[in-house]
Amino acid sequence: MSSSDATLSRVKPAATGPAATAAPPAADPRLRELRRVAIVPALNEEDAIASVIDEIRAFDPGLDVVVVDDGSTDGTTRAARARGARVLRLPFNLGIGGAVQTGFRLAFEQGYDIAVRVDGDGQHDPAQLGYVLDPVLNGEADIAVGSRFAGDAASGYQSSRSRRIGIRLLALVVSRIVRRRVTDTTSGFQALNRDGIALFARDYPHDYPEVEATVMVFRHRLRMVEVPVEMRERAGGRSSITTLRSVYYMVKVLLAIFVGLFRRNVVPREASK
Amino acid sequence: MTPLKVSIAGAVASFVLVLVVLELIRSHRLRERYALLWLVTGIVLTVLSAWRDGLNTIAGWFGIRSYPPAVLFAVGLLFILAVLLHYSTVISRLSDQNVLLAQRLALLEDELRGD
Repeated sequence: MSSSDATLSRVKPAATGPAATAAPPAADPRLRELRRVAIVPALNEEDAIASVIDEIRAFDPGLDVVVVDDGSTDGTTRAARARGARVLRLPFNLGIGGAVQTGFRLAFEQGYDIAVRVDGDGQHDPAQLGYVLDPVLNGEADIAVGSRFAGDAASGYQSSRSRRIGIRLLALVVSRIVRRRVTDTTSGFQALNRDGIALFARDYPHDYPEVEATVMVFRHRLRMVEVPVEMRERAGGRSSITTLRSVYYMVKVLLAIFVGLFRRNVVPREASK
Repeated sequence: MTPLKVSIAGAVASFVLVLVVLELIRSHRLRERYALLWLVTGIVLTVLSAWRDGLNTIAGWFGIRSYPPAVLFAVGLLFILAVLLHYSTVISRLSDQNVLLAQRLALLEDELRGD
């Protein structure tokens, strides 16, 4: 691949990123023509889920909000239904990868053109969906990912030390493999077009999926870009990732990436299901 | 000292185990989550087989003078026990989930027939 097709570079210069603009752009008029869905994975987020749904609607009332309740033991499903969202309630905890893929399956089978993913814990700010959607609507990318570390947005994000080191290390490994600079391999703040939805509906990694997914997307010749965004502190609930687990995930993800390099690639087509 | 043939056979067999596990992951027949323990088993046994002095030293710690490869058997057995125990917990979880799925299916079917 030549170095000129910058599939995995950040598309926005930092000056136009969220740090520089006071008010993020409202929903793009191009969206009106498209069937679009917001996939919101949630595990025990009864306190945060209502405002996440409200904020998604505030950004774009035409976005169908689908909450995937990944086996919550609290009132997450009730809270989401009370706000009028569709809820896919999984009978038991599948882990984030399985939960998100449930949403992609729905998006694929029900013929959505555009899907965005916004985590149910409130750390993704739906007001910034415009940044993530932009490259997809422009046709520059099949998948756009909001990155905490691209551009100037880096300073805003606080996280545990081990987690930050892990994120950096994975970013380094992934960047080497895909031969592009990837700054945030763990971000779930994403927008996808039909090709992206089709790929993830059929094949999506489990447990700690975004890292592997980045490599997978690259190997399937889909175009992926990073867009600088700011993320917030978690509004409620607890991160499902502890230090010991992140070491385990790290080993597992590195193994998965390594083995994945020896897989034959399938380019997803709309027709193949 | 360990017979050379035993070291070679042990190292080759363990290394083949590692390759088979990697190939199973590659062809989507084995999930990474369930492969890790097998990989550790294969790598540890490969190292212990190939590293003859190390095997001798470890055997010495346990007072095994006559036949150091006994350590290979012991370590291999330990890992097999660990893998089996791990599988028992996995099967337990799967059967719990299976019950839940069957119950939800029955409830759903009833709901669909109801109206």
